[in-house]
Amino acid sequence: MSTLARKKGVGAVIWDYLTTVDHKKIAILYLIAGGIFFLAGGVEALLIRIQLAVPNNDFVVGGLYNQILTMHGTTMIFLAAMPLVFAMMNAVVPIQIGARDVAFPFLNALGFWLFFFGGVFLNCSWFLGGAPDAGWTSYASLSLESPGHGIDFYVLGLQISGFGTLIGGINFLVTIVTMRAPGMTYMRMPLFTWTTFVASALILFAFPPLTVGLILMMMDRLFGGNFFDPAAGGNTIIWEHLFWIFGHPEVYILVLPAFGIFSEIFATFSKKRLFGYSSMVFATVLIGFLGFMVWAHHMFTAGLGPVANAIFAVATMAIAVPTGIKIFNWLFTMWGGNIRFTTPMLYAVAFIPSFVMGGVTGVMNAAAAADYQYHDSYFVVAHFHYVIVGGVVFGLLAGAHYWWPKMFGKMLSEKLGKVTFWLFFIGFHLTFFIQHFLGLMGMPRRVFTYLPGQGWETGNLISTIGAFFMATATVVLLINIVVTTVKGKKADADAWGDGRTLEWAVASPPPEYNFAQTPLVRGLDAYWIEKMEGRKGLTPAEPLGDIHMPNPSILPFIISLGLFIAAFGFMYHKQHSWSLFVGIAGLLITLGSMFLRSVIDDHGFHIHKEEILEAENKGVKA
Amino acid sequence: MEQHTNSGNPNVDLAYRRKKNAEDMKHQVISFVLMIFLTLIAFFAVGYDKFSPWFSVPFILLLAAVQVAFQLYYFMHMSHKGHEVPSVFLYAGVFVAFLTIWAFMTIVWW
Ligand SMILES: [Cu+2]
Repeated sequence: MSTLARKKGVGAVIWDYLTTVDHKKIAILYLIAGGIFFLAGGVEALLIRIQLAVPNNDFVVGGLYNQILTMHGTTMIFLAAMPLVFAMMNAVVPIQIGARDVAFPFLNALGFWLFFFGGVFLNCSWFLGGAPDAGWTSYASLSLESPGHGIDFYVLGLQISGFGTLIGGINFLVTIVTMRAPGMTYMRMPLFTWTTFVASALILFAFPPLTVGLILMMMDRLFGGNFFDPAAGGNTIIWEHLFWIFGHPEVYILVLPAFGIFSEIFATFSKKRLFGYSSMVFATVLIGFLGFMVWAHHMFTAGLGPVANAIFAVATMAIAVPTGIKIFNWLFTMWGGNIRFTTPMLYAVAFIPSFVMGGVTGVMNAAAAADYQYHDSYFVVAHFHYVIVGGVVFGLLAGAHYWWPKMFGKMLSEKLGKVTFWLFFIGFHLTFFIQHFLGLMGMPRRVFTYLPGQGWETGNLISTIGAFFMATATVVLLINIVVTTVKGKKADADAWGDGRTLEWAVASPPPEYNFAQTPLVRGLDAYWIEKMEGRKGLTPAEPLGDIHMPNPSILPFIISLGLFIAAFGFMYHKQHSWSLFVGIAGLLITLGSMFLRSVIDDHGFHIHKEEILEAENKGVKA
Repeated sequence: MEQHTNSGNPNVDLAYRRKKNAEDMKHQVISFVLMIFLTLIAFFAVGYDKFSPWFSVPFILLLAAVQVAFQLYYFMHMSHKGHEVPSVFLYAGVFVAFLTIWAFMTIVWW
């Protein structure tokens, strides 16, 4: 069964990826799928910016603009940022803690395929009568009135991909709690592992409220419920609360792993251990904790009253404290360090001022009284793009460049990488900095056009030009990926030469069993400690022996496909009575494959000692 | 690969384990009897018509909370070693659920 070092045809490779339960291959799947959705969301962003470039434009108007705007937000958060974060987690975390895989490899694959089919389902809406059009927040008073099936695509698609995310989060929690190598105590875990841990805990607690909200919305839209309809005794505000109880922690689910990526990069390229490691861990946990007590700052103008607004305003501002701790720790990590400005390091350095600006406008928005001015204006749009792009996207781009050699075994071109960085960095600030002022001048969000003579023309044109800079940066990145894949130079195990954590001790890309022998971790920055003592590799914690591996399986794919079919069935059941049977058939496929999974005994297979020795020797020579 | 099993270490001396098991058994029997007793009180509180609902409803909710604690700590061994992480997550979940319900009770519905 072993697939070590064997050339395969295209069909075999596709089948391999459809059935894989290996966290490294699942990381690549997440990266590809998330990358494609990122491009789709980016094209939607460009359409928005083209429409707004000049006043009274009619490039995409009215309903179509609403659909593009909604799909841009929904795609970028749920289908691009989330899976790309999962790509990084899957590629790195098991290796960083010295494990051979995640705790539940089968569930890992299931999580990916659920996300994938949910995302495909959501995007099918473009070809089946129109996409969702009530904004990515899909407030009930608006979305219940939306004609067509757009909102149904939103509800069912996010429900399916949300299951995948929840499964992924639980998997990483269990992995980090139970699979750490001997000696890897909690306070020796690399910061990316820590932020993954806290982000996974946030997923565990934040996604159920979203699930509940989506189920209520599904009942209202498809099965005659009245949860959000005030005319029938419902309450439309409940959706807003449920959405933001999820929505605010979601920001931290995305940005904490980005913080983790930057922490790794700052330490590596400053050639210093991370400054204030324990305060970094403390700040991460505190941010996660506070993240659940602030959601109503999105609803200051909904009429909660001065007491509620004041409490949520103060709680929100409190988050600036642990975030500030982190910012200073990163600065002190660089202080006196031996800094190398590689592409990932450029993103990390640029992240600090960019993200701080998003944080400052965040505190401004948190002042409830002032928020009445900012609310629903471009000021808010500028704020959250500084947080999400300046924090999360910079983090993902940095992480992609940093771990690319680990994932694919080849170094991305540094020259093209820096071109991408500068284009993206300049484009980002061109696009969004000016939007602060457009907002303060009164330009409302989500409108598809505006009249001339209000002083908004120049700002909007600059913003559109900036968007094209970012688009060019993305194209350069794609060229870089193609060029590297075709003729990139082979990466060493310690690809950057200054690696500190365990992933840099295994080959690039790592063998499917990660570690021939589970390592013994003797402190923070385990690999750095070994290097400083003049060793080539890690101290093993066990003798060389057969390694037990899980078998690949197509069932995760089929389970998710079943839900995909079921979602179509239930969506059309009002128009076509036979459609209900399609829905039930889809559910039967899902439940049937779950049944198969539980009755078929699957004991996995062993990679034998001799094969491991052979593979390791080949790796050393190459 | 390190295994964090929840069962005790097999190398621990057998006499000690036997004594420990007997002790656990005693705890379980006591809490089982207590739980039946609490259930009877709950039935009584609801059935006895001299108590107003303003007393009996919070009262049986309190009894329910006590029962959950018994269940978790004595029957599901949360008091044992090696259950620290699950308890942290359990209490974090209780905290988030409480916050949500509290917010709905104070600023959404009233
Ligand atoms: Cu928020």
